Amino acid sequence: MRSDAAHRSPPGLKIAAGLGLAFLHLPILLIFVYAFTTEERSYQWPPPGFTARWLAVTWNRPDVWEALALSVKVASISTVIALVLGTLCAAAVSGSRFFGREAISLLVILPIALPGIITGIALRSAFSLAEIPFSFWTIVLGHATFCVVVVYNNAIARFRRTSGSLMEASMDLGADAFQTFRYVILPNIGTALLAGGMLAFALSFDEVIVTTFTAGQQQTLPIWMLEELVRPRQRPVTNVVAMVVVLVTFLPILAAYYLTRDGDQVAGGGK
Amino acid sequence: MTMVAAADPIRPGRGGFFGALSDVLWRNPRLTLFLMLTPPLLWLGIIYLGSLFALLLQSFFSIDEYSGLIRREFTLSTYAELLNRANIDIIVRTLVMSASVTVGAAIVAFPIAYFAARYARGKWKALFYLGIMLPLWSSYLVKVYAWKLILAREGILNWLFAKLHLTWLLDAWLAIPVVGGNSLSVSHTGTFLVFLYVWLPYMILPVQAALERVPGNLVEASADLGASPRQTFSNVLLPLALPGVIAGSIFTFSLTMGDYIIPQIVGTSRRFIGQAVYAHQGTAGNIPLAAAFTVVPIVVMGFYLWFAKRRGAFDAL
Repeated sequence: MRSDAAHRSPPGLKIAAGLGLAFLHLPILLIFVYAFTTEERSYQWPPPGFTARWLAVTWNRPDVWEALALSVKVASISTVIALVLGTLCAAAVSGSRFFGREAISLLVILPIALPGIITGIALRSAFSLAEIPFSFWTIVLGHATFCVVVVYNNAIARFRRTSGSLMEASMDLGADAFQTFRYVILPNIGTALLAGGMLAFALSFDEVIVTTFTAGQQQTLPIWMLEELVRPRQRPVTNVVAMVVVLVTFLPILAAYYLTRDGDQVAGGGK
Repeated sequence: MTMVAAADPIRPGRGGFFGALSDVLWRNPRLTLFLMLTPPLLWLGIIYLGSLFALLLQSFFSIDEYSGLIRREFTLSTYAELLNRANIDIIVRTLVMSASVTVGAAIVAFPIAYFAARYARGKWKALFYLGIMLPLWSSYLVKVYAWKLILAREGILNWLFAKLHLTWLLDAWLAIPVVGGNSLSVSHTGTFLVFLYVWLPYMILPVQAALERVPGNLVEASADLGASPRQTFSNVLLPLALPGVIAGSIFTFSLTMGDYIIPQIVGTSRRFIGQAVYAHQGTAGNIPLAAAFTVVPIVVMGFYLWFAKRRGAFDAL
């Protein structure tokens, strides 16, 4: 029995919420405008003119392509590792009660809860103590560690909604554990894993703080970006790369949203 | 299950390697659990916890001032160095910035979260959700870069102030010591704005989750009993949303405290903890002092999490 007035929001609230959303989105939109500016030396506003020339210039830059390729490779392998570890952990924690269960959830979340710089410097000093040289795999080691939590959060939410009797029924009907996994469990948790995997990919693709400690001389795309931010060389190219990165990260987020929107949360916990 | 497994099997065991393996796993749930947990625990335990302990251990070593080599014997001298005047300044500056960003984020986030939780329906609900998720997940560096464009001297914000004939206001603000500076991009105000922008979604989500659980009729009852909107807010809404605000503040506080990129790109030359850690481990090669510095965020977050757990903030996550 709610009155109509209760459904209508106070105008002040509407304005504050609208301004807040504008604050969140206008800076990102600005990136799209700057990608087409003709100004090369400064961040002049309003742009003196518009051109698509820098798209072509960026396309022909080998350093951008190399950084992009490394980022995609690192993100793919880290995502695969995180998918395996995160799913195993979620299945174990949701399927049974045992001593130290709480401690395990804490351990999984810790790499995200503590500032990234701590993970980064801890890994770096461990590498130097163990005399491991920087390589592709040192980057993956760091990335997979903090990607586990994203997969874990998505998988555990789905496991909680999947009834254990489904698995028992499958086994009673003669399927072995592997067939049950293939034909019963996997179809049930598939979309949650896909969503978790996409978010893990986006997280790894974007990571810079841990990467600066574990990459050595290699350049992932965020490290390339950071170099340009600290010591700008060709500003228009940076503008175009920034725009492309925004577009590329939006796609997995939208896909993950559509895959999990029926009921459970998408990202869980935050980065 | 174990009862059935312990009795004689009704049917003969499954043939083949995978069949037999499957039977063994089903009969020994503890073994299955052990096999499932070993890979993730080994990975996180060795790679993550192992390096973390190695780092903390090194904070009890010290650096030889003349040779620049690390002396591997137990000492508290590095912690004594951590507590000298310049380093305390860095720690206090970082904590004050983290607290201001957290308060700012809570104020900006509340209306968005409240509107999304209580008034947005159907299509608008989805729009608000994506409107918060997209900035949350879009590239951190691109967001920082966008603010470099905005705060630049020739950038959009200065242009806007000039168009509105408000440049005098901006100049007056920048003339204030501590928060001001030569221009927005080299002032603590600029650093604050970028931090606020980058971590805001982390505050909105838990506050919204907490507000979703507040029954609408509670707010109506409060109004029916004669409370003004202000009283309803401070006596009904805020106490119920507080666990959400605390949960969000864990993120905004922790992320601000550990960041070293934002103050490096937008801000003054005065250092934050993250920058100090980065500088000490890098060119200076003083790993013990860098390690001692990282203990500060760990200890602060430890207390923070303990406090948050007592206030029930984890149920709001």
